Amino acid sequence: MHPVTLEGVTYSYGSGELRRAVLRDVSLTVAEGEIVLLTGPSGSGKTTLLTLIGALRAMQQGSARVLGRELQGASEAARVALRRRIGFIFQAHNLLGFLSARQNVAMALETEAKLPERQRLAEADRMLAAVGLAEHLHKAPGQLSGGQRQRVAVARALVASPGLVLADEPTAALDKASGQEVVRQLRDLARSRGVAILLVTHDPRILDIADRVVSMEDGRIVSANRPAEGPAA
Amino acid sequence: MTLADRIFLPLRLAWRQLRAEKARLASAIAGVMFACVLVFMQLGFRAALFDSATSLISAMRAEVFLIHPLTMASFRPEPLPRARAGQVLALPEVMQATPVYLAQSTWRSPEDGSRRTIQLIGFDVEAGAMAFTGLEHVAAALKQPDSAAFDLRSRPEFGPVQPMLEALGGRPLPVQVGNRRLDVVGTVEIGPSFGADGNLVLNETNFHRLVPERPFSNTDLVAIRLQPGSDIAAVQAQLRALLPQDVAVLTHPELVAWERRYWETATPIGFIFGFGSLMGLIVGMVIVYQILFSDIANHLREYATLKAIGYGNGYLSRSVLSSAFILALLGFIPGAVASALLYDVIGQATFLPLGMTLDRGLTVFGLIFGMCAAAGLLAMRKLRDADPADMF
Ligand SMILES: Nc1ncnc2c1ncn2[C@@H]1O[C@H](COP(=O)(O)OP(=O)(O)OP(=O)(O)O)[C@@H](O)[C@H]1O
Ligand SMILES: [Mg+2]
Repeated sequence: MHPVTLEGVTYSYGSGELRRAVLRDVSLTVAEGEIVLLTGPSGSGKTTLLTLIGALRAMQQGSARVLGRELQGASEAARVALRRRIGFIFQAHNLLGFLSARQNVAMALETEAKLPERQRLAEADRMLAAVGLAEHLHKAPGQLSGGQRQRVAVARALVASPGLVLADEPTAALDKASGQEVVRQLRDLARSRGVAILLVTHDPRILDIADRVVSMEDGRIVSANRPAEGPAA
Repeated sequence: MTLADRIFLPLRLAWRQLRAEKARLASAIAGVMFACVLVFMQLGFRAALFDSATSLISAMRAEVFLIHPLTMASFRPEPLPRARAGQVLALPEVMQATPVYLAQSTWRSPEDGSRRTIQLIGFDVEAGAMAFTGLEHVAAALKQPDSAAFDLRSRPEFGPVQPMLEALGGRPLPVQVGNRRLDVVGTVEIGPSFGADGNLVLNETNFHRLVPERPFSNTDLVAIRLQPGSDIAAVQAQLRALLPQDVAVLTHPELVAWERRYWETATPIGFIFGFGSLMGLIVGMVIVYQILFSDIANHLREYATLKAIGYGNGYLSRSVLSSAFILALLGFIPGAVASALLYDVIGQATFLPLGMTLDRGLTVFGLIFGMCAAAGLLAMRKLRDADPADMF
């Protein structure tokens, strides 16, 4: 069972005269533990596709099976529940400014609060140590650098052991070195846990982390290649 | 998620968020506190005025009363036949029936001669129908011709009667009431009412000398004391059957309520203070709403992020409501303390029986909680604007 299986996904914004299809008959699978990069010109529909897979938006046409759930016709409650099993990394870190790094990461474990508080924090600390922030557990996001914040976001995305991580240009706001550091950590952690990643990027510097690079143009997938620049690391 | 977690976790999130912005938190607490003090003051004044309006009636000791059915308030009684007081003695449960005469006259301050309306209360002072504090000490002296007892809780404008009496060392203090000279032979404690803010107690005969135009055959109120252990409601029913329609038979609480209802309905006092309370609550609600609303509006990205990572609307709504309740609590506590202090200060200045009561504390707590909940429910709608689909 693949974490992501899309068949004939079509999506339009607007209505009536203004209705415009931004996704046209998109089919795509992401295998377990696979790292897929999604590229393409601005406006080609990458973000829209990611929001559909992430159950952040209701489906229109086609079918999307994500982590075993069909999203076509899924209720709001079902979508919220599914989102808990997906790790999200946004372009901006979107951490809660009034919480410390570990509290931010622990928030991803509080949606269902299956673990007791002490264990939630221990998990958060472990995850932050894995992204090299063991020294910064109690700092507020405002006291961290951009790269460090994005690593907190990576820890938050992974702490609940998701089956899938969705990331939209996670390095866009970072300089080259910290961008590569964040993506490298994300890749290593995902590999060791067998988590699939679907990552939208314009950044040619990080193409080498991918198992596969998918290109979109005008709402369609135009190519699905192995990365051009050598084998996956 | 356990029920405790469903309540505690959003509450903790709310508290952490509130705590992060101290200035905003302080202004929110000040807003709630302001509303709280305003409502406490309004309700306190209201209760104090109504309590003081009925202080004369409340101080009467009898179990059952007769009044004219058209009497609206004790300061303006309709007369009823004095003969009714004799008729009720037919019931074995009736121990004693005391006619009470009520009138108002002009008091001249023994200090500077200034005039002020005073309430006169005339009755057989030895009958024991009135529970005025201090009455038993002056009852004998009140039998003297043209003697009276002054209510020492009357407003200070009536003059320093008590100190003047003390200076006389047991001799009576001569005063002028209406166009007659009276001797104040002692003091009692009743308290100012709406109708008059000073009282003078006289024996029946002295009352009639002072107010000769009132015929002896009429009285204003009959205070009936029953044998100990009598069934008050049963006696009331028997009296109603026994007496003609020209009197109303009321128990003590009913008479107090009767008097109070007059002031509640015949004057805009109830409305004014109710309106004042409502204003306080609305202002407080707007302040809390503003704070909560801008908290959400300024953190839409964070709320949308939480939705994106799997927090439902319920959790986030509970968090907003929790903020409202935290503000309610943090504003109420200092508000109640400040109000209790203000009650003291204002009570001393106005001679109104102002004081914090558990009842009113609970009422205001409920109102403030409701106010904050309403603000929270209104602000919660802003959560809808946090769309997780906008996050990428
Ligand atoms: N909420 C929206 N309402 C209407 N149109 C939208 C909305 N979001 C995106 N679009 C339009 O849909 C098209 C696809 O947008 P999308 O954000 O998916 O592209 P993208 O590939 O992520 O682009 P970029 O690389 O610039 O992020 C664009 O033409 C965009 O203007
Ligand atoms: Mg995009």
